Amino acid sequence: MNVFFKTMGFSIGLALIFTLVTQLLPQVEGEAPVETKVDLSSLTMDDFVTMGEDLFMNKGTCTLCHKPPPIGRAPDIQSMDMVSTVAERLADERYQGESKDAAGYILESMIDPSKFVVAGWGKKGSNDTVSPMPAVDKAPIQLSVMEMDAIIAYLQAKDGNEVTVSLPSPEAAAEAAAAAPAAGGGVALASAATAEEALGKYACSACHAMDSEDPLVGPGLATVGRRLSETEIRQSIVDPAAVIAEGFPPAMPADFAEKMTVKELEMLVQHLAEKK
Amino acid sequence: MRSNRQQSIRRNGFSNRLGWLLSLLAVLLTFGVSSVFADMGIGGAEQRIAPIGRVHIEGQDFIPAVDSVASEIEEPELIAAPRTSRKDYPNIGVSSRAVVWILAQMHLFFGALVLAVPLFVLAIELVGVATGDERYDSMAHEFMKISLTGFSITAIFGGSLALFLLYPDFMGYMMHVFGAQWLVYAALFFLESFFLYTYYYGWNAMRYGNMKWVHLSLGLLLNGAGMTIMVMANSWATFMMAPSGVNEVGAVIGNIWEVMKGPLWNPINLHRFIANIGFGGAVVGAYAAYKFLSTKDMEKRAHYDWMGYTSNFIAILAFLPLPFAGYWLMAEIYAYSQQMGITAMGGILAWLFIVQAVLIGTILLAGNYYLWAGMSRTEGSKRYKPFIGFIAFVLVISFLIWVTPHTLMLSASEIAQLGGSHHHILGPLGIMPAKNIAVNLMLIVTFLSFQLYRRSDKVATVSWAPIGNALMVAIYVVAIVNIIFLGVYFGYFTNTVYKVGSSVAQVSSTLVVIIAGIVIDSLMFKNAKILPSHWGRIPDRAQYALFALPIAFTWLMGLMGYVRSSVKTHWHVYTVMKDNSPDNFIPTIGYAGNMITIVTVLFLLFVLFMFWIASLSGTKQPKPETVAEGGVA
Repeated sequence: MNVFFKTMGFSIGLALIFTLVTQLLPQVEGEAPVETKVDLSSLTMDDFVTMGEDLFMNKGTCTLCHKPPPIGRAPDIQSMDMVSTVAERLADERYQGESKDAAGYILESMIDPSKFVVAGWGKKGSNDTVSPMPAVDKAPIQLSVMEMDAIIAYLQAKDGNEVTVSLPSPEAAAEAAAAAPAAGGGVALASAATAEEALGKYACSACHAMDSEDPLVGPGLATVGRRLSETEIRQSIVDPAAVIAEGFPPAMPADFAEKMTVKELEMLVQHLAEKK
Repeated sequence: MRSNRQQSIRRNGFSNRLGWLLSLLAVLLTFGVSSVFADMGIGGAEQRIAPIGRVHIEGQDFIPAVDSVASEIEEPELIAAPRTSRKDYPNIGVSSRAVVWILAQMHLFFGALVLAVPLFVLAIELVGVATGDERYDSMAHEFMKISLTGFSITAIFGGSLALFLLYPDFMGYMMHVFGAQWLVYAALFFLESFFLYTYYYGWNAMRYGNMKWVHLSLGLLLNGAGMTIMVMANSWATFMMAPSGVNEVGAVIGNIWEVMKGPLWNPINLHRFIANIGFGGAVVGAYAAYKFLSTKDMEKRAHYDWMGYTSNFIAILAFLPLPFAGYWLMAEIYAYSQQMGITAMGGILAWLFIVQAVLIGTILLAGNYYLWAGMSRTEGSKRYKPFIGFIAFVLVISFLIWVTPHTLMLSASEIAQLGGSHHHILGPLGIMPAKNIAVNLMLIVTFLSFQLYRRSDKVATVSWAPIGNALMVAIYVVAIVNIIFLGVYFGYFTNTVYKVGSSVAQVSSTLVVIIAGIVIDSLMFKNAKILPSHWGRIPDRAQYALFALPIAFTWLMGLMGYVRSSVKTHWHVYTVMKDNSPDNFIPTIGYAGNMITIVTVLFLLFVLFMFWIASLSGTKQPKPETVAEGGVA
């Protein structure tokens, strides 16, 4: 029995020492992104820049990699003037994108980071042609268009440059409540300005291949304009259960009619109808 | 007396054979398994990582994932991962995550134990057959006996259904994704049980001659079933971390093989396989230590001393290649998602690696101390005693470097006092290059302890022994200089890419020392003069090192489980199914520490129960005197 108590005492004591070590370390909790209510009717540009800084530091997880050397794994963009840096990058022959200004370039670098890879920071073995950065509008980060705009505003404003992105319009406030995900955080989405933005905003490509006819969850849409008229496309979006493509599950969300603005719906219909 | 001595010498000789056999096994595990996996067509990153949503090769025509026969069958419905809200998670009044944490961790602890023990039991049984020494056979049988109850305990915790009850949507999705694999998994349990019971209960019935080979085959089949169960279960964990075979919304688009062979599957398989062996060795070592301390019978003490030594040997030997498997796992995590890698190593979980350093330091210090104390068994060990001070010095210094934090939580006045956010000496010691040097040096000197211990009862008789010794010393010196140079030069004077690359060369240097040590000593001490040694002649305090090992191992497994699960952040299945439960945040390291200690103590209690049950089978109640005198009392 003596041996039992000695060995148990030793074992539990050792486990408690390990526990003590954990108590001595900084106690940091990793919060899941929470939904943020933004009153767009009273939103100022300063608020928007502050929101961008918060997204940059937290939900966007940008600072995981964009840190000062030697611990950074991506350029330390906080310490560089992005607007003047962008001018050099747009002139670089390795630049593959289509942007013409700083705001466009920063947005492009967030949603398609391999358009320009800063020398020395590419994926191993890719000769700086592939960026290790994830597309921030996709999972797991999933920033909305408005959130990406806020980050652009922050990166422009932090060095005293003019902010060229627009504030989200007050009309978007009503849509934001409907567009916000049931849970999982994020701020409300602004109204899409182009059909491409609307496709991204409503994550159409999650279930539909846009550049081919390959079936994913839903049918491919590369030549949808050949198969369906504008009216049929509109109906497929607003009331997807009315006609379900043969061989596909009834998986399309039925609430786009509530979520989309009329302008977004029409942009999408026109865009898809032209796909022939 | 002479007979005892001969027995002791003989046992030492056999221990040496077992040792080298296991050494070779450990090295083969490190290289062999990875090369086998590479041969399976999963060598290139592009091949290994099936991007989510990819259904065919770009630029080629779409080929439906059905063959000509199956094409007539209706295509299965594509179902996206559920999008849950808070109300989809049952509220039981306490944290569901805490409940699942405890039950799942207990299942994993016992699962690891009962999968590992038959592995080294089979190896020990084989050594018994090869040497003709029945004591190996008896020891292997005893190891099986003490772990037998563990199979039932594993099943009890696994069958608690807590995950199904508390996370119904998530488990429903997992059942949907893995489909019939669950049935195969369940069927394998029946198969494993069959092999387990025939292997254990048939031990004495199939002890000699050809029947022994039948018995060994049963052991092989038992391990085959166990390994298959392990890799199948691993695929669930790795699917949650890095899903494959599904599209962006979690709908299954691949077959079960594509779902299972995600980018992290094989690294986790190797890591858990090796870690399980170390863990199993450590737990049965505690059994031997407890038995050693509980008896005054010298013969029994000699037996349990030998058993404890063998267990420690298995635990540490399996532990040595473990950091290398860990490197591979982390490299694959970075290749899959740099964001996930940095969340683990440089984000809020980074502090956890300070605790990991404390635990691994404890394991290495305890393992080394046990070896040094064990040198008192042999009369030839005096030659090597002066080295112990050097080894202890390197271990302690390396341990201190390893636990040096990099980023400190400081107040403004403290930053002013320090002259910056990082201390000018401790700051550089807190980053990975310094820690890589430290961990490699700790592994090298631990191997040196092993080598010295194993040499302590022998005198080489080959003519080239002085050259062999000089060569061994040269290899140690070159490897240590190389490790320090690579760490300092590439770690502090080049950019991050080279820093990571140089760690591979450092690990290679350590492996060269281990492999060269095994080869040189095997050749040099062939037909060596054996000096007297005495099993059981070891201080009682050394047995506590055998308790420190399983406690640190168990705690370490719990800690690594916390980080493995936490890198998914707020996702049940990373990028395809969000966790919207009330516990979808990463808990603090302090909370995790409390949880890990709770499960460690619970595990300890259940292990004691397991040992008690094992001891019952060897206990026989004396016949009451009244009965002996005739008649029933």
